[in-house]
Amino acid sequence: MNPYLAPGLILVLLLTVAIGAYGLRFARTTSDFLVASRSVSPSWNAAAISGEYLSAASFLGVAGLVLRYGVDVLWYPVGFAAGYLALLLFVAAPLRRSGAFTLPDFCQVRLRSRPLRRLATAFVLFIGCLYLLPQLQGAGLTFSTLTGGSYAWGALVVSVVVTANVAFGGMRAITFVQAFQYWLKLTALAVPMIFLILQWQSDGRPQVTPPAGAVFPAATTVVVEQDAVLDGVRPVEAGETLHFAAGDPVPTVSTVDAEFGDQWLLPGKTGLFATYSLILATFLGTMGLPHVLVRFYTNPDGASARRTTLVVLALVGLFYLLPTLYGVLGRIYTPQLLMTGNTDAVVLLLPEAALGGGHLGRLLGALVTAGALAAFLSTSSGLLTSVAGVIFTDVLRSGRSGSIRDFRLATVLAALVPTTLALYVSDMDVSRVVGLAFAVAASSFCPLLVLGIWWRGLTDAGAIAGLVTGGGAAMAAVLVTVLGPPLPSSFAEFVGQPAAWTVPLAFLVMVGVSLMTGRRVPPDVGATMLRLHAPESLRT
Amino acid sequence: MAADPSPRSRTRVVLADAAPRRDGADRAGTDLTEQTPIGEALVKGLMRAQLALALRLALVVAAGLGTLPLLFAVAPAVGGFKVFGVHLPWVLLGLLSFPFLVGVGAAYVRWAERNEQDFAALIRRPER
Repeated sequence: MNPYLAPGLILVLLLTVAIGAYGLRFARTTSDFLVASRSVSPSWNAAAISGEYLSAASFLGVAGLVLRYGVDVLWYPVGFAAGYLALLLFVAAPLRRSGAFTLPDFCQVRLRSRPLRRLATAFVLFIGCLYLLPQLQGAGLTFSTLTGGSYAWGALVVSVVVTANVAFGGMRAITFVQAFQYWLKLTALAVPMIFLILQWQSDGRPQVTPPAGAVFPAATTVVVEQDAVLDGVRPVEAGETLHFAAGDPVPTVSTVDAEFGDQWLLPGKTGLFATYSLILATFLGTMGLPHVLVRFYTNPDGASARRTTLVVLALVGLFYLLPTLYGVLGRIYTPQLLMTGNTDAVVLLLPEAALGGGHLGRLLGALVTAGALAAFLSTSSGLLTSVAGVIFTDVLRSGRSGSIRDFRLATVLAALVPTTLALYVSDMDVSRVVGLAFAVAASSFCPLLVLGIWWRGLTDAGAIAGLVTGGGAAMAAVLVTVLGPPLPSSFAEFVGQPAAWTVPLAFLVMVGVSLMTGRRVPPDVGATMLRLHAPESLRT
Repeated sequence: MAADPSPRSRTRVVLADAAPRRDGADRAGTDLTEQTPIGEALVKGLMRAQLALALRLALVVAAGLGTLPLLFAVAPAVGGFKVFGVHLPWVLLGLLSFPFLVGVGAAYVRWAERNEQDFAALIRRPER
């Protein structure tokens, strides 16, 4: 085992707790806990939003997908970043000006409807759990892969650290923690990448897709995990150990879905429907993620919300340059992952695989692992804050008079369900669930926000109908994909990447039902629109 | 309670607005709401300007990025084109798409703020 690993991970945990405790000195009132008193500067805020957003799916999953499928999955990082552009263009400033704190608050401010508020609360809790569960699972799997420890302990440790940090520091502390974790994650990918590229140069720039097929760069031992057929001819059994010498060709394994050669290098393997569905889900889903929205209330005004979003877009874009490189270099240095199918581990394993087991390789390996831990911690902290905020205001009904103790209770309640689930469910596919969370968000809150902000004619009945049909259809597709039996391939694309039909459906139903119930438009819609769109300098 | 280390003033935070809002409690731009017909037209104008700007830039992104899958499907030869030894789709998606998005975002922030300044100037002028 890597001797630098344990100290590195403990350092990250201690720093997280220490920065949280430092932030605690400033957190005195309930509003400090919830929105950091709205006095966080845009650069801190932007780093915090980015730190919160770059989850395990971004840090580990994107590189793994690139390693496996190649150029077609580059739409994931592009979409994850472009989501902030959609947020900037259509939502950021008006949403901040609405003065609401959570998505259910926005429903209340804009449409004054209690049933809609409850429905939105249900969606926030669903998306929050759908997103929190894979974070904890990812943490557990990383711990067990790297340290040989048990999966449950990894998930439990991360869950307890995050819950304690949120409960005792609230959002004020979390802002500092998140901002620190963005820079940690960027460093953890950027510094090893410099050494990896130097190593690739000194190895004589080996080709990523050699014409004769991929070869092992060094002697490698692979343990077969499932019964399979190698290269379509040689059957192997689970548990069998295969030895390869340096220069041996990498066989294809029948149970592992991966692309090779031009299929990997050139676009077009994924169908157009699935590609556009993915683009739609990621571009429009970001604005509907509860932990992303909640951050915007910490900006002092609409204009600074806009600037913050722009900085976030730049920070996130900068980060997403790196996972692609890991996936590409993984093709050269860790081809055995294409045989085991454990491609999500490429970021963790690449430094040691490429730089050797010396001090440098191990140190950099520990650094990327620390970054992965930061990814789990920051995203789950943000999610927990937002879900706890919704439980605090809507389920416990504490309202304005709510005490800090109630917020702590809400935090523990919010952590309980996903943690319990994470301990019992370990075989759900991490990056897939995250993508589906985007699809649900894009089909529910995206139309609600965009129409609510830009169209006076939206009614509560229309919003409810749109949420139920569009969001409900996406939710059903998620449940079928994750829990249901494998579907026939023509149909699987339709359900597995539902955004291309659920998003338009949600918009259409919302507009159609609103037009039919035009009498229900709130009488004060003019005042609300003024509040959403007029610059703050005109208020007083 | 000890003094806050930062001298910045604290704003009141509106948490769950669970109770129906009292009339007059919303101080947001009372000036404008009172002069209803004109004020409403002005706000509509601002909204239209901002929405048109957002939609135009969204169209730029849709044309710049959104057409790429279609292009790669219709003309596979584009995918084989190389820039400095790297295939074009990798350069476009893995590298250039991010500065492109940031550039569009920066343009939006600048123009959206200008729209707001124009609006503010329009509102303030009659008072002076």
